[in-house]
This record gives sequence, structure tokens and C-alpha cells, in this order.
Amino acid sequence: MMKTPSPPLFRLFPGPPKANHKPFTVTLPLAEPPTAPPLGYRPAEGVYDEMVGPDGAIRPAWKTFAGFLSHCSPADLTGRVATGQRLLRDHGVTFNIYDDALGTSRPWALDLIPLILAASEWREVAAGLEQRARLLDAVLADLHGPQRLLREGILPPALVFANPGFLRPAVGVTPPGGRFLSMMGTDLVRGLDGRWCVLGDRLQATSGQGYALENRIILSNVFPEEFNASRVERLAAFFDQEREQYRSLAPSRRGAATVALLTPGPNHETYFEHAFKARYLGLPLVESSDLTVRDRRLHLKTLEGLRRIDVLLRRIDDAACDPLELGSSPALGIPGLIEAWRHGSVAIVNPPGCGVAETPALHPFMPALCRHLLGEELRLATVPTLWCGRPADLARVLENPSRWVLKPAFARGDRDPVFVDELSPGAASELTGRVRAHPEAWIAQEILPLSTAPTLTEGRLEPRPVVWRAFTSGAKEGFSVMPGGISRVSSSDHRRIVTLRSGVSKDTWVLSDGVVNQFSILRSQTVVIRPDRPPGAVPSRAADHLFWLGRYAERLEQTVRTLRSIVNRLAGESSEERLRETEGGVSLLRELGVLADDVPLTALRTHLGELMSDPRRPGSVPRLISFLRFNAAGARDRLSDDTWRIFNRLERDARLGPGHFVPSAAQEILDTLVLDLAAFSGMEQENMTHGHGWRFLELGRRIERGHSILSLAAAATERASLDESVLVPLLEICDSTMTYRRLHFARPALAPVLDLLVHDRLNPRSVARQLELIRHHLPLLPHGPGGSRETAEVAHFNGFVPNLDEVDLPVLAATPGRLENVVPTLCRRFAGKLEGLSDEFTSHYFSHAVRRLR
Amino acid sequence: MRYKVTHRTTSTYEGPVTVGHYVARLTPRTLPFHHCPWHELVIRPQPVIQVQRSDAFGNLTSYFEIEGSHLELEVTSRCLIEVTPAPAGDPAASPAWETVREAARSERFGPASLAGEFLFASALIPLSPDYAAYALPSFPPGKPVLAGLIDLTERMFRDFKFDPAATDVATPVSKVFQLRRGVCQDFAQVMIACVRSLGLPARYVSGYLETLPPPGKPKLVGADASHAWVSVYCGEEFGWVDADPTNGILPTTRHLTLAWGRDFRDVSPLRGVTLGAGEHRLAVAVDVTPDSD
Repeated sequence: MMKTPSPPLFRLFPGPPKANHKPFTVTLPLAEPPTAPPLGYRPAEGVYDEMVGPDGAIRPAWKTFAGFLSHCSPADLTGRVATGQRLLRDHGVTFNIYDDALGTSRPWALDLIPLILAASEWREVAAGLEQRARLLDAVLADLHGPQRLLREGILPPALVFANPGFLRPAVGVTPPGGRFLSMMGTDLVRGLDGRWCVLGDRLQATSGQGYALENRIILSNVFPEEFNASRVERLAAFFDQEREQYRSLAPSRRGAATVALLTPGPNHETYFEHAFKARYLGLPLVESSDLTVRDRRLHLKTLEGLRRIDVLLRRIDDAACDPLELGSSPALGIPGLIEAWRHGSVAIVNPPGCGVAETPALHPFMPALCRHLLGEELRLATVPTLWCGRPADLARVLENPSRWVLKPAFARGDRDPVFVDELSPGAASELTGRVRAHPEAWIAQEILPLSTAPTLTEGRLEPRPVVWRAFTSGAKEGFSVMPGGISRVSSSDHRRIVTLRSGVSKDTWVLSDGVVNQFSILRSQTVVIRPDRPPGAVPSRAADHLFWLGRYAERLEQTVRTLRSIVNRLAGESSEERLRETEGGVSLLRELGVLADDVPLTALRTHLGELMSDPRRPGSVPRLISFLRFNAAGARDRLSDDTWRIFNRLERDARLGPGHFVPSAAQEILDTLVLDLAAFSGMEQENMTHGHGWRFLELGRRIERGHSILSLAAAATERASLDESVLVPLLEICDSTMTYRRLHFARPALAPVLDLLVHDRLNPRSVARQLELIRHHLPLLPHGPGGSRETAEVAHFNGFVPNLDEVDLPVLAATPGRLENVVPTLCRRFAGKLEGLSDEFTSHYFSHAVRRLR
Repeated sequence: MRYKVTHRTTSTYEGPVTVGHYVARLTPRTLPFHHCPWHELVIRPQPVIQVQRSDAFGNLTSYFEIEGSHLELEVTSRCLIEVTPAPAGDPAASPAWETVREAARSERFGPASLAGEFLFASALIPLSPDYAAYALPSFPPGKPVLAGLIDLTERMFRDFKFDPAATDVATPVSKVFQLRRGVCQDFAQVMIACVRSLGLPARYVSGYLETLPPPGKPKLVGADASHAWVSVYCGEEFGWVDADPTNGILPTTRHLTLAWGRDFRDVSPLRGVTLGAGEHRLAVAVDVTPDSD
């Protein structure tokens, strides 16, 4: 484990570095180009190595970077690794955000050594990819249209008909925007002859672009000088071009096109990437429950009503797009989406049905398809592939099965390739039996020794097999290719397969032999002083998450403060007074519902320990943090990186060491958590746009705070009839101790404490102040999907708030015992009313029962 | 023969439904000996939009959206269908089943290679050597394909027991095959699994069956419900031949065709996805009556 100092200022986009190891202007020691590989690197024999040629010399494209590595001290390298780790952690780059709360997620593994490609080499591959995209687009258009390829015998019908990816509902559709393919991800490997060739294509929910961007941002921060000295092609122009392309697909209608990115949600393993890309391109990130088809048009459910979507970038698979036509789960898809697309009212990138062209069974036909459809020779070869659906190919495979890697031809995702030579004789004959029974469902590829790339392993460079995923996007004419991509190496040296799950990723540098395009998307945006669409369209689901984020942040704070009021007293020296205050604090904890009434004080420490460390225990700190995190993840694209870093830090700071519960250790953690939460609420007030999304976050916080103060006041009042010591922890929890002292210079008494916590509008923690803020926000809310002005929540609010003002504490306090009798019931009733207000918001704004078109 | 058909589907929801998207395949197909001079689809509540198109299999498909709170959906399809007897081919004159199998796998384009669309496993119908083993006694080497088909249809009629309580819409084919019980949809899908596992193209047909028993004949099963059967490709000359394993016969003029596809999922008469429903109850009533006009 590496200890890192608390992070300095963080920048999202590459610029002048503030990294702590070297100033920006230092010239690299490049005077002597290296002759020997750096760091004792030794490629394996008989395998193409990316950095070192067969003669042992460094390849030209790697000279600059290898020169840096040769002069890099182990300490410098260690420092950079630590910087990279910190940046990754701060970005919260994880495969699975949801798991994070329980600390089980794996961080995104990034190797700091990039894969470096020469300009000339990349141009050749790019030309091949451009052609491949045009070709696959033409194949898809034909298969979903006239099917001439089948009629003219270019493709065997079984290749299409046996493919479950051939979606009949997509047949006969002319896709809006005129193309089937707007985005292609291609896995490339280098053959022994040194040429790149295609291993496979990803056309349905092409992932990896966001990670490519992420890796680039981290590497350009870790190696700022080397990055610039190497003259690396920038990625921003590609993304900008891509964004323009999406707009251009929009069916023509008045107003600017709305493009949205559809994600399966925070549970999905690549959710971070979706959020990252959406924010980089400035697109709303939506889930299927945010969308609805009305009148054969796709709409986003926003707080203000329904809003048209013209172009949908989807990150869900073909078969999951539309439960109505594809019989998939209604949880993931959008009923009617295919009909809307068929109708021409929404463009989908890529449209459903593209999966049919992902099959490697197409590979052997590519040269003929290319000549037939484009009249060109195929420029980019594929890995030698046989489709067992052809009798001749099947015979070749069965002749000597151990020569081949067998893969299901039509399986989705990371196919499980089978190396026949690794199977036992029994398993091999069982497999060939399966191939014989359904030959069309299998392909065979030659076993290729993958090229190796230098990879940092425990301070040393090791050769590792590498796969490069390149990205191709539709352009005004034809397609354009990202100068870079994401490369992956396997985490051990003998693995023959590299997958996104098991592997380690690398940034991919394409060197420029001209002028590097310094263009950044941030600088390139057209300046519009007042956009024609106000940025107010908050998806209802995002508002729902923000509302609950506010509630959980406040609930967490109240829990932490209550725990702290008890732990502080356990940690210090004991006295009769402290003991009574501790008991008071415990009664408040019970009121919060996290400690059962029958728990004896002798078991208190065990329970406190659980409340601070057991994520399975209801109401515990780690559990509340996981809820907070879940709701934050649901609105990830609306929270800044700094805010996100606070959530990452909360999780780290809340970790209580194993073993016995030690009050002083707990004290330190709780103190830190109070500060972290203050940082979040400061961020919320000072840094977040005060739009509708923010307003719901704020409302959630106010309702929760009002609710918990009322509950605590009820419990404290009940206990105060026995012992007024409870008022000391109560004031502490409500952060009102100082105010009280300044006002009263005395030990707390019930009536003035209640007045301060319930009625005093100047106290930011009073119930009255929360209600005042809610009253302020209510008229500023969007009219909502219902449209009427006198909304249910306003009526509800006006119905109970005046009653609270009428509670006259001095009058009640005049009769002994009356306060203790009346106040608990009143407080609990008002707390219930606030909960009711929360329900009104849910039914009005988040459930979208009624439509209102805009 | 001329028939008048009324097919009413009533869906009652537990809680109010606010939005519903539906696809119906309730318009009869037009075939050489099978015409539909009139058809109407009446939907309550009134859809906000209703359009019709032809799907990838040539079935007329209606898409409609319902909006606004409702507790019940009623879809009524009414049509007239005229059927004339198609000339029956001589089973003995049909090609050997192996010939048809080879033709269907051909890479050369033709009617047989197009029928190849119905050769493979589909969403609801898996293939396996077990199904092929069941079918094989009907298809000894060199057996004319149509004769084999008749034999298999009759065997299934004997071996499988009609039992609506044994299965529901979600019962997988393998389970029906094991139970040897079920309803027309189950038998059709089992038979398709058997025929395709042999390597012959087979498709699923949805439609109606005239159930009034003609004098002196036994009443056919399938009364007052939509019906399903099978169609098997029997070579270029014989084309697609229908077979009804539920009744052990080759359909003539009493089977009325709505739609066909690879399995039930491609042709289900009414499919919908609703927002905010909870449980729902479905009632289907079908009337097929000979029309004298």
C-alpha cells in the first residue's frame, strides 16, 4: 500500500502540469538516443515486440519515450506510479460504482507505459478501418433491406438466418440519418509479419472510448513533458467531430437537435465511462426509465414535462432495446423505441440490428464483400478465420482441431475462445461433437502469437501480449478514426487471451509527423450567450436521486453527530454528569431508530462499533454512505469532480480499523466525517448551479433536517422530564451549543432549547428555518408534468405549517409538566407531515404518471 | 367456405395503467386459397395512435399506444375470411426428406435457401438430438417428406395429451416434450423442434379453427380460442405444407391463418408493455362461425 498526501488541485483537462515531481520546462535528457532497451527490458524470442526490433534496437517511434525511461530513476518512476494511482482514485474510475460503498470494486487498472504507434503505421490502419466501417455499413443496409448479398450468393443465407443477432423487427427500416453504422470499435492484433489485423468488431454498445479519454488525461498528467516531447496526436478533435456527427443524424425539425446517451445505469460495469463521455460531450446521461415513447416519438421525462430526443446514443445491447418488439426485460429497454426509430423520428447510434455484423463468421467473406459492395480491395486483413457453416471450412477444422482456437460464432460480448490443444482428449472430442451438430454456430481462428508491449510490473518492464481497440466514428463523408484508442495487455505473460475484464489497460499514442492539433473541445465550443434551450431540462429520475442525496447526506450527518456526542463522552474521563449525558445521547440514538430499546448500556460499545463499521446494519454509517453513493451515482453527470472526490474521501475516512472498538479512534473518524459532510454542503451551496436539480437536493436536505430535529426534540423532551442532561448532547447534535450559551449563559433548560431548535429563524438548524427555505423554493419549482399552479405539495405545506407557528412555548412552559406532555406528540405529528411532503414530491415530479408535451 | 370471426381480448389490471404500448397480429394473411375481404380492429380505450405495417415475415402488424389512466383494455378483431380447398398433393410423389434437407442448407439462392430462415433454433424453440430422435421413426431413409410429415403429425396426436392445466404460456418446449401434455401452442413448438432438429425448415402458424362439429364427426379441440399449428417446407413443388399436431390432421378449409414466424414470440396475437399495472387478468373469447352471405 502506498501512502499518498492529500491531493493538490486537480485538473480534468491536460494543460500546464502542477505535478509535484518536475517543473514543466525541464528539457529531457535526449542528447544520447538509447541503444539498449530501458530498465533491463527483454522481449521474448520469436515474438514481435512493439518497442524493440529483432536486432535489439529501439523502434523509431519509441525512441523519445524509451530515452526518458532509460534516464528515469526508480524513485521518479515510483512517484509517477503513485501520482497515476491517486488520479485514478480521485476520478473514481472503477468498473462498478455501486459496489464501491462496500469496498469491493476493483479500480480501473492502467499501465503507465503507453502503446506507441508511428504516424505512417497508424495512417495505414486508419485507412483500413475507414473502409471497414463503410463496408459493414453497406452490409447492414443490405441485410436489413434488399438482401442482394444472399440472392447473389455473396453470403450464405445460414450465416444470417442462424445468427440470433439478426433482428427481424429491424428489417425493412430506413434508418434516420441514412446509416446503420455510426460507431465501430475494432480489436486489432499484430501478426508475426508486423501488420495489424482485425480480431473482432464491437458494433452494438461499443464501450471503451470514455476509458481511452480517461487514460489519456491521466497519462498526460503523469508524463507531461514526455507527452509533449513525443508529439502525440490529441483526441479532442475526434470527439468534437463525433459530436457534430450525432447532431447531423437528427431527423430535421425546428430547433436544435437533442442528443442523449442511454446507459443501463450505475449498476453496469462500465457506467463510469458512460458518465464520463456524456459529460465530455455535453450530453444528458439518461436511463431507460427516463425515456418514454409517445406518439411514436422518443421523449425525455423532465421536471417540466416531456422533451423530444432526436438522437440516442445507446450503451445497451441490441436485444435489450425494446421489450415490446424484442421480448426483452422491461427494466432495461424502452417500449416502442423500435417503432419510433422505424417511424424516422429518432436516430439511434448504432441502430438495433447492428449486432448481426459483429460475427467473426463474416471475416472470411470480407474480401469478396468489399469487392462486391465497394468495388475496392480490402485494405485491412482479419485474423485468418474459418466459418464451420461452410462444409470445406468444417472439414479443415476437423482435420486437425488442435491447430485452431474455436469460438461461438454468434455469442455476444467477450466470447470464450477454446484452445483445442489445451483440452483433454475427451473434452476435445465432446467439443468437436458440438461443432458437428451445429457447425454454423462456430468459427475457428488460427492461433496467433500476439505481439508484446513493455508493461510496468513491480518497477520492471515486462513484455505482455497486447490488443488494441480502435474507434471509428461516422463523419460528414465516410468515417474518421480516433488517433489512439485503448490497448489492453494481459496481466500475466502466458495468457493467450486478453479481455477488458482480466487485463490491464494502456493509453495508445499515435505520434504526429506534422503539427499536433492542439484543439481542445472546451475551447472549440461555439459561444452562445443565451442558449435557445435553457439548461433546465432535468430528468425526473436525476431529480429524484438528487432529492434523496440531500436526504441521505443530512441523515448521515445527524447520525454521525449523534454518535459523536456519545463517543466523545466515552473517550474522556468519566463523571456522573458525563454518564447522564451519555445516557441522554443514547436515548436520542434510539429515537433515530438505529438502536433497539432493549439494548443494555453494557453492550453499547459493541453496537457503536457496528454502527460505524457494519454496512449490513440498517442505519449504520457505512450503509448510509452506500445509499448516499448510490444516489450520487444516479446523478453522477450533475456532480462536479470535486464533489465526487468528497464522496470518495468519505468512504476512505469512514473506515474503522479492525478489532475492539476504541472510542478515541472512533472520535477521530467522526470528527473527519463531520468536516467531509460540511465540505459537501459547502460545495452544494457555493459551487453547484442553483437550477432545478440543485433545488431538489436542497429540498431533500431541508425536509430531512426538519424531520430529524423534530424527532430528536420529541425524544429529548420526553427524557427531560427525568433528566435535563439530555439537552447538552441535543444542542451539540444540532450544532447550537455556542448559540445557546451566547443567548443564555446557563445550563440548558427545556423551553429555551426548544425555542432555539424549533422557532428561532436565525438558527440555520432550526425547524422554522428549514420551513422558511422550503417555502422559498416551492414557487420556484417547475410547474411539473401536472401543470397546475396550486400543486398538491403546496397545498400540503400550507395545510400544516401555520399550526407549527401557533405552538406557543412560553404559554405551555407556564404550566408545569405541560410542555413535556404536549411537545413530543406535536413534534412527531409535524415530522410525519414533512414525510408526507416528501411523498407529494415523489408522486408529482418523479413518477410521471401524466403527460405534458413540450 | 366463408367465415365470420370475432376475437376479443380483455385485459383487466389490478391498478391503473397510465401508458401502454402494444403490437397486435390480428389481421388475417392473404394466401392463394385464403382471402380476407374485410377486417376491423376496435380498441377501448381509444388509442392515441394506431398504425399498420407488414413485418419481416409479411404479417400485417398493428402498433398502438394507449395513454391516460385505465383499468381495462379491450381489443376486438372482427373479420371475414374466404377459404377454398387447395389441391392436395400426393404424399408419395413428394421428394425424399433428405433431398429437401440438403436443398434448405444450400448456399445457392432459391425458395429452399429462403426457407432456410426457419431451420435454426429460435428464441423459444431450441434444437437437440432428442427431438431428432423422436422424429426419426417417421422419416426413415428415402421417405417422401410429406408422407413423413403426416406420420409425425399422427404420432404426436397419439403421444401427446391435450391438457390446458399442464402448461402455461411460459412453459419451455423441453418441459412439454418431457410431460407429453399441453395445448396447441406447446404441440406446435415441440413439433417444430423435432422437424428442425432433423434439418427441415418449419414455421409456427397462428390462427383460428372452426370448431362447430359437422354432423356425425367428433368435435375438434381448440374451441373458442386462437389456435396454432405448424408449416413444414416440403420442396419446391410442394412448398409449405401445414400440419396440426393437436388434431393429428393436415389442415384444409377449417384452419384460418393470421400470421407465421419462427415461434410464438414472432406472431403473438397481442403483446403489450404497460406502465404502472401490477398484476393483470387476461380473457380471450374467439368465435368462428360459417357465414352464409
